[in-house]
Amino acid sequence: MIALYLTIFISLILALVFLVLFLSSVRNGQFEDSYTPSVRMLFEDEFNLEKQEPEIENNNDK
Amino acid sequence: MEKQKFYYDDKITKLFAWATVVWGVTAFTVGLMVAYFYWFPHYTNGISWLSYGRLRPLHTNAAIFAFVGNGIFAGVYYSTQRLLKTRMASDLLSKIHFWGWQLIIVLAAITLPLGLNSSKEYAELEWPIDILVALVWVAFTVNLIWTVVIRRVRHIYVAIWFYLSTAVTIAMLYIFNNLELPATLTKSYSVYSGVEDAVVQWWYGHNAVAFFLTTPILGLMYYFVPKAANRPIYSYRLSIIHFWTLIFIYIWAGPHHLLYSAVPEWAQMLGTIMSFMLIFPSWGGMINGLLTLRGAWDKVREDPILKMFVVAITSYGMSTFEGPMLSFKSLNAIAHFTDWIVAHVHVGTLGWNGFIVMGMLYWMIPRLYKTKLYSVKLANQHFWIATLGILLYVIPMYIAGWTQALMWKQFNPDGTLKYGEFMDTVTQILPLHYIRAIGGTLYFIGSLMLVYNLVKTAQGHTVEDTMAEAAPLKPIPAARQSGEDFHNWLERRGVLFTVLALIATAIGGAVEIIPTIFIDSNIPKIAAVKPYTPLEVEGRDIYIREGCNNCHSQMIRPFRSEVERYGPYSKAGEYVYDHPFLWGSKRTGPDLFREGGKRPNLWHFNHMFKPASMMYGSIMPNYQWIVKDDLNTSDIQAKMKTLKTLGVPYSDNDIANAQQAIDKQAKAIAADLEANGVEKTEQYAKAYNGQKVDLSKKEIVALIAYLQRLGTDTTKKVETAKN
Repeated sequence: MIALYLTIFISLILALVFLVLFLSSVRNGQFEDSYTPSVRMLFEDEFNLEKQEPEIENNNDK
Repeated sequence: MEKQKFYYDDKITKLFAWATVVWGVTAFTVGLMVAYFYWFPHYTNGISWLSYGRLRPLHTNAAIFAFVGNGIFAGVYYSTQRLLKTRMASDLLSKIHFWGWQLIIVLAAITLPLGLNSSKEYAELEWPIDILVALVWVAFTVNLIWTVVIRRVRHIYVAIWFYLSTAVTIAMLYIFNNLELPATLTKSYSVYSGVEDAVVQWWYGHNAVAFFLTTPILGLMYYFVPKAANRPIYSYRLSIIHFWTLIFIYIWAGPHHLLYSAVPEWAQMLGTIMSFMLIFPSWGGMINGLLTLRGAWDKVREDPILKMFVVAITSYGMSTFEGPMLSFKSLNAIAHFTDWIVAHVHVGTLGWNGFIVMGMLYWMIPRLYKTKLYSVKLANQHFWIATLGILLYVIPMYIAGWTQALMWKQFNPDGTLKYGEFMDTVTQILPLHYIRAIGGTLYFIGSLMLVYNLVKTAQGHTVEDTMAEAAPLKPIPAARQSGEDFHNWLERRGVLFTVLALIATAIGGAVEIIPTIFIDSNIPKIAAVKPYTPLEVEGRDIYIREGCNNCHSQMIRPFRSEVERYGPYSKAGEYVYDHPFLWGSKRTGPDLFREGGKRPNLWHFNHMFKPASMMYGSIMPNYQWIVKDDLNTSDIQAKMKTLKTLGVPYSDNDIANAQQAIDKQAKAIAADLEANGVEKTEQYAKAYNGQKVDLSKKEIVALIAYLQRLGTDTTKKVETAKN
């Protein structure tokens, strides 16, 4: 059953990659703020140079 | 810091969005064609490239990779740029990704109906297209990671994590499952055989569901649901926990597709345990999504987009509850091979994937075109008709699955099977299949309403790249960097780390994989099991070409009911020469693993030409071209050489004399058919217009040779039971 060990090996490596990513992102402070990202993503900083259709900014509330 | 002005690439989003619409309708159309085969089995009579076995892979591939795939990419390109406050890193890579992906879909739509397929579910494409998929996927992955690198926001929003895990994991899974050795340009054999091929296939198959149909859709959920509701996600912390637990557990659940099969018990148990654990992150995510709408339920009443999202998230919850339950052996014993699984899958695809993607399109297209949706009312009607369609699809399929499974297992007091004729269990559930087709039709009609609505929305408007401004990322102060060692420096570079880790993985994987191709497997060999003869190899390739494995399994589980119905249960050692494995995952027709010797050659000849003539009420389509067409054996030596490289013990002599062996075996079968009066049958007269033909040159003879060989190596002494 080499295939079983193969799939387990690859799965472990993948898990390891994700573990390293997880630990490094924790250390980088990615998860220190567990509130503002959820609010910040609601705001757009797009703008229309001509400002032809100002209502598009508020499409969310329609 | 000075703000920078830049443009989001909205044109690529637009392309992916319209591709989603076009391929969505295509996938639903092919799905309907497949569903209506249960109602009118012969409506494409005689057209080989419109037959059930070839269209079913086209349907699954179109739904997964063309419809949901393009939908994912549209959402990823739209949200990634906005979340990271930067344009995609490379317009060229974006374009390669888009056009490459569409090319793959077109090639799939041509090759699958032609019968060019590798038989492995959701990985049916032949090797040249597989290579193209890998290259295009790499373009996407590089572009995504590069965009993360040049971002203007330090924090990476949770949706991006989901996208990254998809990109990295699918690349790995796809490559390892599609390791195959080409025999010709259009034919290859899986490097794994039998049980091992099954393990790798379902490790891939399950994770295609996990990392193609779930994680990216969750990313879309975490972006578009808050956007559409204009509410922050209920708990950002929960979303982080959801992500990390999900990806660490998901990859281990594959063996639950192989419970009670010839796969080792401990691997099955591992799959069950991990599958059960999956319910926790999945339900955390579902609750997080639904609670995001707290205080916004009044909007749900009005807004078709939010309605779709609510049903989608609920469907996610239902299928991720059902999945772990189905992974328990006691329930799996009933559900496996039945329509229950079809229902389970369609709750996920029609409900979860379909509604997230279509809700997203309704939200995104008006914003891309800087206008309003043409008709909210029409979108609401779409929602209701599609939801009704889902219910009419899945409820009959659940009932059909339970009914048939219980009928299969029903015994008479004297110990014989109550429904010994498989056909009886099919006839019983056919009305449910008709309702399913109607449900699918409603869902399809809904998708046409979406097309009309979106086209009308876009009419008269154009998509211009959106301008935005944001400050560039501040570099990390020198004070924090001074005195750090190499490892700290590396750790701060998450992306670099990922790339390095992946290269290391790929090398490690290659080192691991190459020996498995060339050394003997440690599957217990059974001395009586011999390689297929050249004619049987050709017959097996016809079986693969026609997609017989879509309806017929080749795996008898160790249950009294199955042993009674089909014969001795399957052992791992009986599959050692099966490149690829053909266990199947659904029994629309009976299992064929012990088909060899059960019925005369003439029965198969007549049955293949017109199944209903041999089995009253049969819904198997007619495969008349197999009877009519000449067998092409020109590639047999290339095929045998390839199989030999993969460890099938053909001698040089076997390969050199392959054609003679084919002629000899084919003539024997043809002589048997003639001795039993094939020329007097109605089928023969119809197939050859009353002419006398050399049967030994026809494809049907190869297929009969293969079918008569199935499962006979170990049972030669006991095969008199039914004959």
